[in-house]
Amino acid sequence: MLEIRQLNKTYGSHRALTDLNLQVPEAGIFGLLGPNGAGKTTLIRIINQIIEQDSGEVILDGQALSAEAIRKIGYLPEERGLYKKMGVWDQLIYFARIKGLTSTEAKQRVNHWLEKFEIASWKNKKIEDLSKGMAQKIQFISTVIHAPRVLILDEPFSGFDPVNAALLKNEILELKKAGTTILLSTHRMESVELLCDQVAMIHKSRKILDGSIREIKSRFRPLEISASLSQLSQELPAAWKIEASEEGKVDLLLPLNGQSPNQLLRELMNFGEVISFQERFPSMEEIFIQQVNASGHA
Amino acid sequence: MQVDMHKVLLVIQREYLARVKKKSFLIATLLTPLIFPAIMAVFVWIAVEEKENQSLRVIEVVDETGLFFMESSDQYAFSSSVTNLEEAKALVSEGERYGVLYLPKMELSDPKGIQFYGLENPSTSLIGYLEAALKRKIEDQRLYSKGIDPKVLKEIRTEVTVQSLTLGDAGEEKITDATVNYALGFLSGILIYLFIFIYGNQIMQGVIEEKSTRIVEILVSSLRPFQLMMGKIVGIGAVGLTQFLIWVLLISTLSTLVMGVLGMQMPQQQAMEMTNPELMAATPDTGEFGAILQVIDGIDFVSLVSAFVFYFLGGYLLYGALFAAVGAAVDAPSDAQQFMFPITIPLLVGYMGLFVFVLQDPSSSTSFWLSIVPLTSPIAMMGRISYGVPFWELALSMGLLVLGFLGTTWLAAKIYRIGILMHGTKPSYKTMWRWLRSSS
Repeated sequence: MLEIRQLNKTYGSHRALTDLNLQVPEAGIFGLLGPNGAGKTTLIRIINQIIEQDSGEVILDGQALSAEAIRKIGYLPEERGLYKKMGVWDQLIYFARIKGLTSTEAKQRVNHWLEKFEIASWKNKKIEDLSKGMAQKIQFISTVIHAPRVLILDEPFSGFDPVNAALLKNEILELKKAGTTILLSTHRMESVELLCDQVAMIHKSRKILDGSIREIKSRFRPLEISASLSQLSQELPAAWKIEASEEGKVDLLLPLNGQSPNQLLRELMNFGEVISFQERFPSMEEIFIQQVNASGHA
Repeated sequence: MQVDMHKVLLVIQREYLARVKKKSFLIATLLTPLIFPAIMAVFVWIAVEEKENQSLRVIEVVDETGLFFMESSDQYAFSSSVTNLEEAKALVSEGERYGVLYLPKMELSDPKGIQFYGLENPSTSLIGYLEAALKRKIEDQRLYSKGIDPKVLKEIRTEVTVQSLTLGDAGEEKITDATVNYALGFLSGILIYLFIFIYGNQIMQGVIEEKSTRIVEILVSSLRPFQLMMGKIVGIGAVGLTQFLIWVLLISTLSTLVMGVLGMQMPQQQAMEMTNPELMAATPDTGEFGAILQVIDGIDFVSLVSAFVFYFLGGYLLYGALFAAVGAAVDAPSDAQQFMFPITIPLLVGYMGLFVFVLQDPSSSTSFWLSIVPLTSPIAMMGRISYGVPFWELALSMGLLVLGFLGTTWLAAKIYRIGILMHGTKPSYKTMWRWLRSSS
């Protein structure tokens, strides 16, 4: 388990992280959300020991981070690249060995992954001769080559075509199943809802929200009902909004305004035949925007 | 830290192999030592061809004094078929003669009015040849008129060449030649300048590549930024050293071969000169090539090459760190230009100083300071070293160079450490100053 305790970091007068606490559970996917400049990159860099915190601790498996811990961490930076002029094989071996694998281990692992992705024939190709999608596969392998216990992915899907994005998603889920703890930093909410078990939201150096997705969503009780009528029989109250209207179906958005859903349903029945009626949960994106705005984002 | 050293070695190895394996490296390394001798060979060949193909040029001599008899050489023949200058000019216009040498009636004590007519501008070598020949004739005539026997005159005439020697500490004498020293100083100075620029740029490009691809973030999670920077500098420096050593090997092998070939040709040349006394008189430097060989023999190449390696490494490390800092500060090579100024200027000062001061007067005080100050010493000292430099100056210069590169490395590491993680902001000298002063 990865634990962040009271982490603080400032750059000159700029506060990058303020008293940050996080608990990233084992073998799960943890979403790290926040607008640009919130402090996500700083947190990731501290976990990777690229920079040092001013105060606080990062605890991995019950121990404060040390140089040896680097072997347990894999990191896919947001903007990526590899050595363009270097061959696939040499490059993967290099990254594996930099992470601390022995020469024999490295060769074994590289072979394993090249075979797994069925790309053993690329061994001697230079990165500059590969397509973007091919290079992304190599980059992913370079991130997981040392079988890290903790995998940090910064905007992993950006720049991926749908085919490779699906492949990546499967790999991430497979790694999770195998017990890897995955920290996924993103502001793309659709991937968060799809993949993450838990999330934390960071804004202006502080954590403003965290918990499991279900928990967060239930915390933000639905305030609205989305419903559909087959036909409108009379004028609607002003507060009710028509979202879409087509032949034989009118979609409505109804604010609860303190009423119970049943009360609202009874009222709705007066206006026509009810086809559907359900609580409308806020999307993570709406929660995200709402939270950011609530904490004073311009 | 044991683990870290092992990783620094990995970085050095990668930087080294990534470059040495390139085709361009192989081509540059193998071809450069061949290109220079090849160019020289082409020149020599052209010169020889030209000499062989040159038709004998016939020059009409119109001698109104009746005192001159011009001796023909293998390039120029002299005839006196007409007595009139106008007729002679006509011969030139018709293409019968290459030119006309007109010797009007004159006082031998004050020879004036000698003219040469030709369809084209005569070469300086022809004019020089004519002047020298006429001068000797006139002097002979004047000595003769003062009552000196031509036989005595011939006996008196001597050829003189001055051989310069330097005295070593132990009193041993070495044949030296300023031309050879000049050439060696010039070559090694320029070579260091080029090496620093070429390999310094490779460091900068490498740092920018790692920064822009974020590879650096993966690497500095495993190594400290300083170790990564030094790994890169050392790896690329090893490439330069490899290249230089291959050059030394190739050039010494090639020149041994070339000298062997030339050594076989020399007796022929001497025989040719024996049969043609005029040529022998015209080229008094019969053994000049042999002398150069002797001079080259007198130079301590082992210490010259060791000094070169030292100044190459010292200069490279000093500037390499600065190149790394610039690479770390910018996002793209195009942004690097503005920070190249403080690197380029001292290098250029060293380079210009080499030509303007050091090679002209290696022991002047400007040359001394240029070869002592670490920023210019790698280039300037190489210009002086073949002339011989007092031990204390060499020791001071080397010591300061070591301090110099430790200093720039320390400065560069501070900029590098912060710069590699900064993106999207164009740094100024002011922000770099702030990075220098920040402690963590």
